[in-house]
Amino acid sequence: MSERSEFTVESGSVEQRLLPSAEPVRLIDQHGVAHEHPQYEMPAAQTLAGGYAQLVTGRRINDQAGALVRQGRLAVYPSSHGQEACQIAATMVLGAQDWLFPTYRDTVSIVSRGVDPIETLTLLRGDWHSGYDPYEHKVAPQATPLATQLLHAVGVAHAARLKGEDTVVMALCGDGATSEGDFHEALNFAAVFRAPVVFFIQNNEYAISVPLSKQTVAPSLAHKGIGYGVPGERADGNDLAGLLAVLGSAVAKARAGEGPQLVEAHTYRVQAHTNADDASKYRDDAEVTPWLERDPIKRLDAYLTGLGVLDDEAKQEATRAAEKVADALREGLMQEVQPDPAELFEHLYTTPTPQLREQAAFLADELAREEV
Amino acid sequence: MTHVKLSMAQALNQALRDAMRADESVLMFGEDVGALGGVFRITDGLTAEFGEQRCFDTPLAESGIVGLAVGLAMNGMRPVVEMQFDAFGYPAFEQVVSHVAKMRNRTRGRITLPIVIRMPYAGGIGGVEHHCDSSEAYYAHTPGLTVVAPGTVADAYTLLRRAIEFPDPVIFLEPKKLYWAKDEVDLTVAEPGIGKAVVRREGADATLIAYGPTVPVALEAAEAAAAEGRQLQVVDLRSIVPFDDETVCAAVRRTGRAVVVAEASGFASVSSEIVARVTERCFHSLAAPIRRVTGFDIPYPPPKLERHQLPSVDRILDAVDDLQWDDR
Ligand SMILES: Cc1ncc(C[n+]2csc(CCOP(=O)(O)OP(=O)(O)O)c2C)c(N)n1
Repeated sequence: MSERSEFTVESGSVEQRLLPSAEPVRLIDQHGVAHEHPQYEMPAAQTLAGGYAQLVTGRRINDQAGALVRQGRLAVYPSSHGQEACQIAATMVLGAQDWLFPTYRDTVSIVSRGVDPIETLTLLRGDWHSGYDPYEHKVAPQATPLATQLLHAVGVAHAARLKGEDTVVMALCGDGATSEGDFHEALNFAAVFRAPVVFFIQNNEYAISVPLSKQTVAPSLAHKGIGYGVPGERADGNDLAGLLAVLGSAVAKARAGEGPQLVEAHTYRVQAHTNADDASKYRDDAEVTPWLERDPIKRLDAYLTGLGVLDDEAKQEATRAAEKVADALREGLMQEVQPDPAELFEHLYTTPTPQLREQAAFLADELAREEV
Repeated sequence: MTHVKLSMAQALNQALRDAMRADESVLMFGEDVGALGGVFRITDGLTAEFGEQRCFDTPLAESGIVGLAVGLAMNGMRPVVEMQFDAFGYPAFEQVVSHVAKMRNRTRGRITLPIVIRMPYAGGIGGVEHHCDSSEAYYAHTPGLTVVAPGTVADAYTLLRRAIEFPDPVIFLEPKKLYWAKDEVDLTVAEPGIGKAVVRREGADATLIAYGPTVPVALEAAEAAAAEGRQLQVVDLRSIVPFDDETVCAAVRRTGRAVVVAEASGFASVSSEIVARVTERCFHSLAAPIRRVTGFDIPYPPPKLERHQLPSVDRILDAVDDLQWDDR
């Protein structure tokens, strides 16, 4: 036994504070059966019923967007089909003063935050690089360069602290993104600055074709917080109840000044990476099938029906509401919008450079000649 | 293999295969290059043929990929790495600029890095943001890097084979809109090698200078000009660094007029370098200032607006018309 020194880490207490639970937190299993958890409470039935309606709408958005890609109305769509519980939980735990930092896969989360679905899909439609006002709903532009947005999230959270604002930032990323340097820098910065950020990893087992086993040999992605002094927790990513409990607690801790929190949701990408991807090149359908049984909507349906909170009437209402969103999506995206080429030059600088003005005039002239 | 009809993607795949067969130290790695065969299928079937030791997926980290390549090359390997898209090569920029480019110089030639960094590059495929950057100027501006961009199917094969055999690091830019372009080709490591431009079409009236994705557009423009009675010569640079001053200047001297055609933004670009070099060397042979047809100085536009950014036949012909024909 070596002697205690100034380098000794109180491993027991550190582990208690930082280590995720041995099993992902699950309050409702795939059969819709509730389970007690020593640490986390079942959310109120009415909260879950509201969540159910959002899940149904989220699924409908995913499937409608998939269809619109096939009809050429969207350039590309990375679906969160099967991950809707993560998408919805991430925003349900936030207050109006909080921020969401989404990726390309988080359309449903953005819509759940209140952003207009057509504006949300402007990027993927190919109209413009972002379609919504980030300040209106406190939703950052969707990030494509992986993990880069996590540092921005830390900055927004740090500014909020400096200004004395009661803001928590929910920063989303995938399992693959945790391999990028920026992920690690973000965790470390957030911890050092005690920034109120909840890093929420949707571990859907794949980064395009690469399975998690080739991404990391860490015991879990939530364990990645330990080295930075950031507490980690894991939840069943297809259980809305467990996610709300875990994310809700993480948000509360960040808000109370306890610093950043890391949450990993265990879920699965049941569809290909995007419409442009062919998943049969790298995985068997047999691997996907069990995950269809773990569907987040099915289990919440079973649980709430069992409780008597969700009857046929309420389910039909949820379906109707989802249909309305899908109709609006279809209608909006069927309209042929041609973005104004003049905008190409408008927003690059506060004041366009003389060169950009010249180039804008050149293009305007060219377009005018095209018309004759 | 004699005269087969292949796409550029298939020719690149064959070049990798042949290089890996020829030399055991050639390794191919990056994101999704294993089972999937790369998002553009350039590495299709390589893991099946050569095993996971030689063609493999890495964790998702571009800086990691290039940094690993540096170490592997220091210890006798010839790494070929793929950056999934041009704009996703930026996390590796530190490794490329500070180490890949400088290692040979800072060790006084003791460490050489035979690394190829392959990059699906430039636009024209309706990709959303970050998928269509023309980033050649960053690399061309960095001393120590060799930068090549094939404009034809045959050249894709030749240049990639030569890049893998090259003793120093090569940035290999693959014009993604040409991946599916097919041609009847003879898969041999042909002449000339890296560092040489070629004249793709003869013509006495003016010279179009193009590279990578703009080579076919320039050839199309020359075809259209011929129909109107003007003969345009087309030079395909192939190699941006080293730059073939000799071939390019000889071509421009023959015609006295020139237009540079490039997809990248024009400001502080490879196209501006070309204009400067040629003007410095051929001033007295020029009948008009060299014109450029380039992308605007803006981030690459979203799919619905991308056609405005891409050099078109019409823009090239307008630029040719502007070469002071009446004022000799
Ligand atoms: C820096 C960077 N490198 C590569 C890519 C290309 N790319 C887009 S999504 C993706 C996989 C990401 O996987 P993960 O983080 O697990 O998220 P998921 O797509 O599964 O939601 C890759 C490699 C990128 N967008 N950014």
